[in-house]
Amino acid sequence: MSELLALEFMRNAFLAGMLLSTVLAVVSFFVVLRRFSFIGVGVAHSAFGGVALGVLLGVSPVLSALGFSIIVANAIGWISRRKEISTDTAIGIFFALAMALGVIFIGMSGRYNVDLFGYLFGNILAITRQELVIVCVLGILVLAGIVLFFKEFLFIAFDQEVARVNGVPVTLLDHFFLTLLAVAVVICIKMVGIVLVSALLVIPGAAASQVARSYGAMIGVSIAVAVISTTGGLILSYYADLASGAVIVTLAALLFFIAFGLGRLQKTPR
Amino acid sequence: MKPESQVKETHYVDLEDIWVAYDHKWVLQSVYFSCGAGEIVGIVGPNGGGKSTLLKVILGLVRPDRGTVRLFGEKPGKRGLQEVGYLPQISQAERFFPVSALDVVLMGLYARIGFFRRPDQKDRETAMEVLNRVGMADHAGRPFGALSGGQQQRVHIARALAPHPRLLVLDEPATGVDSVAQEDFYRLLAELRDAEGLSVLMVSHDIGVITAHADRIACLNVEIHYHGEAQACMIPENIARVFGRDLKVMVHDSRCATCFRRHSHE
Repeated sequence: MSELLALEFMRNAFLAGMLLSTVLAVVSFFVVLRRFSFIGVGVAHSAFGGVALGVLLGVSPVLSALGFSIIVANAIGWISRRKEISTDTAIGIFFALAMALGVIFIGMSGRYNVDLFGYLFGNILAITRQELVIVCVLGILVLAGIVLFFKEFLFIAFDQEVARVNGVPVTLLDHFFLTLLAVAVVICIKMVGIVLVSALLVIPGAAASQVARSYGAMIGVSIAVAVISTTGGLILSYYADLASGAVIVTLAALLFFIAFGLGRLQKTPR
Repeated sequence: MKPESQVKETHYVDLEDIWVAYDHKWVLQSVYFSCGAGEIVGIVGPNGGGKSTLLKVILGLVRPDRGTVRLFGEKPGKRGLQEVGYLPQISQAERFFPVSALDVVLMGLYARIGFFRRPDQKDRETAMEVLNRVGMADHAGRPFGALSGGQQQRVHIARALAPHPRLLVLDEPATGVDSVAQEDFYRLLAELRDAEGLSVLMVSHDIGVITAHADRIACLNVEIHYHGEAQACMIPENIARVFGRDLKVMVHDSRCATCFRRHSHE
């Protein structure tokens, strides 16, 4: 362990991993309660279009992905409020469109040598000091946003219509949450990659929902699952020389199955 | 019940010539409707007759294609929504949501608590009081998902009552609640009406129960077929217009033993 932490890139990776997994775990709590899993998948994949746009325009791919994902997340929210199209249809369309645009942008830029694999599957070890600062600041902002409106988000998740009748600005807060979700997704792309980040938006909350019965406990378990799988995944991937993102997600899924088993034990009368 | 003249002066709800269409079909057609202070108004009619839609129009959740809505004399959504307690139609019991019964009732107080603040001890006491009123105080700490459908419904009702609204809007409040608890609940509504001047709008497909507990009735099947004294709604001609010719009505009141037995088998 101490040899691991002696390496600066490893220290950065651990720091970023722990903060980011906490952010994802808290977002995941609401993603699971609101059944937003597929929205998470859609937003994560749309980030690919954003990365490619950044490559084409010669701006920071993280910034362009941020803008792109926020727009797509809010567009999904806007369309799914209309009666004409169901949410999953809207996501299916946007997600494919964003990926297609990504391929077109990369083709137009003529630069096939960009580290696309790093964006698609993540490379937390390549995180720079500057990126670490940006990611941490944004991560803390996302957490603060959720803490500030936690009570209202919980009400909306439980009973959207009654929340609206009681004067909670449901539509506005929905878009705010989707924006937070998009930011959380983009800042975690370096860690686990576009393809796998959506897993960390679902698994921690899903695992926690199997064993926790109060919201405090559910958030706690969700954070624990995310932090354990991130740090554990980093250590394992370092020694086994495997892709960090894939090991992190596999570990998280394993924890989910354990929680699922524990949940079933709880429910069986003795 | 308040005298008719007094009711007219202080209308909580006023609908004028409301038209609503879904999928190119009218679900509400030229509906006029009112509810005054301190009265219990029942809305009956067949499924698909627009009962829930009417409630949503009043609450501002559905915008009518034509007509004007007044809630406490103003457009809905402008003001006064915090003075409305709403119980939506519940199709099935919630299996999992990480909140206790008390947490759910506290949600009813969120608007009063305001942004960036958490419920305090006083809010908790208010919530416990209301839970006690619906006979659920013993279950306050239990996970909401572990409660039966009827218990969940009573917690929902407690949440609607928690902020002491002036108007209570209930969509099928009896769903899953057994007959004894139902009688208690209707008695509670009458108490609140008499003590605090609470107005209640409730929708039900059970015309017998509604006529026994409402001051006034509206019979709705796309159009309003009757809006007035509860007992007169039972005139066969009115019932036939709303429900069709084949409906048999069992008049229900609190002394009716056969009704109790019939309900308890459901």
